[in-house]
Formats: sequence, structure tokens, C-alpha cells
Amino acid sequence: MRVTTGRTTLLGWLTLTALAALALVATTSACRSDAGYNEAELILATTTSLNDSGLLDELVPLFEAEEELNVKIISVGTGAALRMGTEGNADVLLTHAPIAEQELVEAGDVINRTLVAYNDFVIVGPRDDPAGVAGTSDVAAALAQIADAGAIFASRGDDSGTHKKEIALWRDADRVPSVDSDEWYLEVGQGMSATLIVANQRGAYSLTDRGTFLSLSDHMDQLTPLVSGDVRLLNFYSVMEVNGAKGRINTAAAKAFRQFLLRDDIQALIGEYLREEYGQPLFIPAAGETEATVSVRAGAAPN
Amino acid sequence: MDLIWDGIREAARLWWSGDGEIIEITLRTLAISSAATALALLVGIPIGAVLALRRFWGRGLIVAAVNTGMGMPPVVVGLVLVLILVRQGPLGSLEIIYTPTAMVIAQLFLALPMVVGFSLASIQSVNPRLIGQMWAMGANRWQVLWLLARETRLGLLAAVMAGFGAAISEVGASMQVGANLAGETRVLPTAIVLETGRGNWEVAIALGTVLVALAFIVNLVLTTAQQRRLVT
Repeated sequence: MRVTTGRTTLLGWLTLTALAALALVATTSACRSDAGYNEAELILATTTSLNDSGLLDELVPLFEAEEELNVKIISVGTGAALRMGTEGNADVLLTHAPIAEQELVEAGDVINRTLVAYNDFVIVGPRDDPAGVAGTSDVAAALAQIADAGAIFASRGDDSGTHKKEIALWRDADRVPSVDSDEWYLEVGQGMSATLIVANQRGAYSLTDRGTFLSLSDHMDQLTPLVSGDVRLLNFYSVMEVNGAKGRINTAAAKAFRQFLLRDDIQALIGEYLREEYGQPLFIPAAGETEATVSVRAGAAPN
Repeated sequence: MDLIWDGIREAARLWWSGDGEIIEITLRTLAISSAATALALLVGIPIGAVLALRRFWGRGLIVAAVNTGMGMPPVVVGLVLVLILVRQGPLGSLEIIYTPTAMVIAQLFLALPMVVGFSLASIQSVNPRLIGQMWAMGANRWQVLWLLARETRLGLLAAVMAGFGAAISEVGASMQVGANLAGETRVLPTAIVLETGRGNWEVAIALGTVLVALAFIVNLVLTTAQQRRLVT
């Protein structure tokens, strides 16, 4: 008899819980729009380095006010951000990995990929520069020197845009390090700021976007920029809309956000962002340009 | 060492200045974790009571699952919930991903095993003869449950504290299902991760002090209730 009561009580509660869950589903479903997504909400998947710079905190509220939308900024590594686009879990992407982005364009996962701004990567390292790379303008040669000297190098190791760039540069240097065989090579597996903090503590070399390094300069007592100016160190930020064919994508808001970033007044804001504070621009606006035109101009300019 | 002192000074300054953002984040943290704990109690205590008082097929499996759940890594809970709740996931149409609701659900799953485990242990420790006597004296099922709750209040309040502790201290699941959105889903633990990553250690320490103080105050209130009732 009691055994039965026990079972019924447990079953009763399980049923109650299930009913409560169903009620939750029913009420939220009733609230949502027929489109299958919230039309007043835009999911922006972007890179940690861009979000850490604070630029989006400046721009996004302007867009939200104009369009009466709520933007959810999901700040992850570029690899994860692109994956969110492929899976249709974001509406618009703002990332910095041109080759990987191009693959999404070709696969039809995203449309209207457009260059928004650029800046550059730098190789930073300890002031005493054990590998002697200071002043080298050939980034591949500098990396080869670091590898050959066995000087400590801290990598993001998180499939971010910066990590992808780093791997490409090691390939150019014909030295692709691995954590298993190269003791001097550290994979931090965290965001840019966290990686720089580790590099600073360990006296390691690292590849970083200039903006993050500048914003952390108060904490960088051991590290200094050593190699910059190579065309291969250009860092391109592009916006792209997730293909509406995936379903439940807020295509209208995604398009509006892309157009917003390319507008003259917003481009001017991007160029001015923290320029006074650091004595140099963090981002250079590039609406209407392509990676090729920027590279040609940068290659022609004296470094 | 200087850094830690700077952090504590910064914490004091933020407290005194009544910084709007820190108050907002603190209240949000308290609201989300309290909601998760309350739901966990509502569902968990009855489950714990049934597991303690009844013998049925599969009970051993459930108890083992509960004990595993008490050590459940928050990131695993977060990962599974994200995959279920993202827009193209099986429950994506609920549109609760990156909302406080999603965080309450994640924390509920972390607090629930604590509540079930603690209430199971404390109810099981009641002398079975006492329960037999209650039945013999003609108490109905709800009266027995009520008397049991009174008898085991020490253990049940421990269940509340353990559940709340699991909910408020976790960061992995909150980060994944909430995305740490400023003004929406940013809570103390995720804000601490953000500020640490940005190298703003003073602010991180300040937030950490607030979090520890918050946990302490909640537990102080619960402990006082627990120990005072013991005397009467």
C-alpha cells in the first residue's frame, strides 16, 4: 500500500513538473511572433577582441535607439562566431578572419560580406628581446627567429581570428609549432587580454591586435611591440548577414545593422574611437574598400 | 599585494558611491539565484522525501544520479542547455536563450541535486519508528510530511544553503546560456570573469568582495533561522 503511495507521489510530482514546463512552453509560445524569432531582437555574434575594445558598447546603443531594437552581443572567438552563423543561431556576424569568412560566403551560409574597418596585428615580446626580432619588418622571418631561438611564445589557441592569423603566419615562416613537441610554445586557450596577461607574466612573445595591447598597456610592464608594418599583419573586420534561408533569421535587422556600420557618420565614429586617448587610431574605417585595395595602399606606404 | 589592497579600496569606494551598475548586477544575481533555489526547493524536497521514505524499483539508480548531480560541472549543464535553447535547437522557439530565464533554468539544474540529496539524507536519518507512530496516531500523509519537515528543519535549511550556494557561485553555465549581456544577463560571477580578462583586477576584486558578502549575508540569515528554531 505504502509502496504504491510512494510511487504515486513521485509520479504526481513528475507530472506536475512536466505540466509546469508545458505551461511555460505554452505561454512563451503564445508571446512569440509568427516569424519564429523575435523581430525586436538582433543577435550579433562577434569576436572577443572587438567587444573587449569597447567599440561596440559605443555603437550598438545608437543602432538600438534608431531601430528600436534590442541587440544581443554574443562575444566569442571568431571560430565560434562563424559557427553560430553556419548553424543559423545568430542574425549578423562581425569577425576578422577573411579566409574563413569567404568559406561561409561560398557555402551560402552568409550574404553581403562587407569590410567595415581594419587595424593591424603586432608581435609583442619581452623588452630584452631574447630572439632579437626588434625592427624586423618581415613577420615570417621574425617568427622563424623566435622558433629557432626557442623563445617562449604565448598563443591564443582558441580558434579565434587572431589564432587563425597566427597559424597562417607560422605557415609562412615554415615553422608550425605544436604544444606536444615545442616546449617554448604555450596555448593559453583564452581571450586576447587574458593571453597578453599570461605572456607578460611569462616574458613571452605573442601576436595581438594593436587595440587590445593598447588598452592593456598599463599592465604590460614586461612587453613591448617589436614587429609591425608587414602587409600580412593587417587585420580586417567584416560584417555579414546570416542567410535568411536558414529560417528564423531576423534578416531585416541584420541588413539594417550592416548598412548602419557602413554609414558615413558611423564610419567617422569608428575612426575617432579612443584616438585621442592612445594618440593613434584603434580602428581605421574602410567602407567601400576591399582587403586588396587596403593591402596595396599599405604595401606602397613606407612603414 | 598592492593590487589586492587597491582592489579592496576600490570595492569600498564602489560601495560608498552606490555605483548604479554594481547595485543592478548584485540585485540581478540575487534574483536569479533565489528564483532557481526556490524552484529547486519546490521540486527537490518532495523528491527527496519520496526517495527517503519509499522503496521502489529504480530508486537506487535515482539516488546514484542525484549524488552524481551534486558534483555536476556547471559547464556541462550550460553546454547541454545552450544546444537545446539556441535558435535552431529543439526548444529554440521558446526564445529564452541569453535571458535571465535561461540562467534560472541552468542554476535550477545545479541546485536541484543539492536540495534532493540534502533532504534525502536528513529525512532518512529520522527514526523510522517515529514515522510509524505518526501513522499509528492517525496522521494523514500531509500531516506526516509537515511533522517530518519540522523534525528535519536543520537538514532542510542545509539543503537551502547548499542549493543557493551551488546556484550563486557558478559561472560556466551562466556565461553560456546568458552570454554576460550588460544590463540583461550580467551577474556578479560573469562580471568578475569579464573584468579579470580585461585586466581590470581592482574592479574584479571589488565585485568578488560583493559576491562573497552577498553569499555570507544570505547564509547568515538562514543559519540564524536554523539555529534559533533549534532552541525553541
